[in-house]
Amino acid sequence: MSTLLEVKELVVRYGGIEAVKGINLHIHQGELVTLIGANGAGKTSTLNALAGLLKPASGEIRFEGELLNSSPIHQLIQRGLALVPEGRGVFPRLTVEENLAMGAYTRKDKPGMRADLNQVFESFPRLQERRQQKAGTLSGGEQQMLAIGRALMGRPKLLLLDEPSMGLAPLMVQTIFSVIQRVAKEGMTVFLVEQNARLALQSAQRAYVMEGGMIRFNASANECLSDPRVRLAYLGEDS
Amino acid sequence: MDIFLQQVINGLVQGSLYALVALGYTMVYGIIELVNFAHGEVVMVGALVGLSVIERIASRGDTGWGVIAIGVLVAIPSCMALGLGIERVAYRPLRKAPRLAPLISAIGVSIALQQMAALIWGRNYLHYPDVLSNPQFHIGGAVITQVQLVILATTGILMLLTWLIVQKTALGRAMRASAQNPSVAGLMGVNVDRIIALTFLMGSGLAAVAGVLVGTYYGVGNHTMGFMLGLKAFTAAVLGGIGSLGGAMLGGLLLGVIENLGAGYLGSVTNGTIGSNYSDVLAFLMLIAVLVLRPSGLMGERGSEKV
Repeated sequence: MSTLLEVKELVVRYGGIEAVKGINLHIHQGELVTLIGANGAGKTSTLNALAGLLKPASGEIRFEGELLNSSPIHQLIQRGLALVPEGRGVFPRLTVEENLAMGAYTRKDKPGMRADLNQVFESFPRLQERRQQKAGTLSGGEQQMLAIGRALMGRPKLLLLDEPSMGLAPLMVQTIFSVIQRVAKEGMTVFLVEQNARLALQSAQRAYVMEGGMIRFNASANECLSDPRVRLAYLGEDS
Repeated sequence: MDIFLQQVINGLVQGSLYALVALGYTMVYGIIELVNFAHGEVVMVGALVGLSVIERIASRGDTGWGVIAIGVLVAIPSCMALGLGIERVAYRPLRKAPRLAPLISAIGVSIALQQMAALIWGRNYLHYPDVLSNPQFHIGGAVITQVQLVILATTGILMLLTWLIVQKTALGRAMRASAQNPSVAGLMGVNVDRIIALTFLMGSGLAAVAGVLVGTYYGVGNHTMGFMLGLKAFTAAVLGGIGSLGGAMLGGLLLGVIENLGAGYLGSVTNGTIGSNYSDVLAFLMLIAVLVLRPSGLMGERGSEKV
């Protein structure tokens, strides 16, 4: 397995506060890796640094072996990184279709784009029904579908997902996660940041556990599910 | 003569010019939430550049709409370069600064441009050379001139074109996306700085056309002409709902018509106590009324703009 993403000693700072304190992690081609941890552990800061929304204070981010740190944000999608941001970040006054078209903004291959659009509509029939509707009028779950569909329209090599279950009804969470699992099964490399640790660990192959801006440990998802520390802290079980 | 119809015609013509300038205000506001107070000065520069070119050609004895058209064609790139320069020098470095900073910068640019124009073109009113025969046409009990017709047609086409670009093209989609959520637009691969520059480019191009048309219509221009025109166009943009293209067009036309009806009737309604020169007061009273009663404007979205 080749390494798609490699992070070395990444530090992210807001003013004087260190949100991420020198973490290391890597993601192999085709893996679904999750990053779990409590609120404020530094998960979103890590992800935003990977996606270029935050400039790291120090450390290295390598994608396909190349250094990403100094790339302007709008070039990352062309390199193959797509982020589904926390809170979805749909364009509220663009229609569903226009939002999806924005996902393919840098692409020129019209037939490929049409095929991907059909693929997205197949995964999320609800979006097809509402294709002419303004994204701001969709429910939270539908917006999450749209945000994921939009990211897929860019045909990324690595899909970064930030809290896709946040604020959604359980049934909607099931729908979203089954699509994430299917996309991963079809070969997409996925990095999933999630507070719902059980769900994340059940979907992923490998997991990093983050606490106070540091990676506490990493292991296969199955090991995590049976690890007493994880069970106590994140799965709400007393072993 | 039908005063009402005549004032409506005059108002629509004047309003269509306001609308063209208002588009520049509203597009820039829509994308970076900045009231570009220097926009009126870009119109002024367009008018004066156009005037210089038209004068030069007219002095060889050429006349007709072709002369005006050449003036427009020179004014457009001049104003576009100016608009790009303003954005680059005065606004881009302040993108992450508190909102008041670019606003003050805009006022500074506006004053600087006025003074530079005074140095180049002098402080006196300059007269647009008479190159048009300008025939008149009678409709109902009113008169419409050829210049008025050309203004209505030109502004109509440009407004339609602007609307089509913003609503129907990939570029326009990127503009709207950048306005609604610039960082996510960046994630999609949109170079937001470039989109902002293009927005200034479009607004300045429209300002150039508006400038030459205003000069042609009223026959005069000087370095301060952009001030009141800019203020009126800004009023029009707010009236229609700043950030909304349709709002800028509607607001411009409405403001023009109301002002001209005011000019036509204020005197006779008040027995001469308030004359037609109070039509500006009427325009700004409307601005105050809109801000109080419907702050988001006639076509603006109410409530939460940013999600």
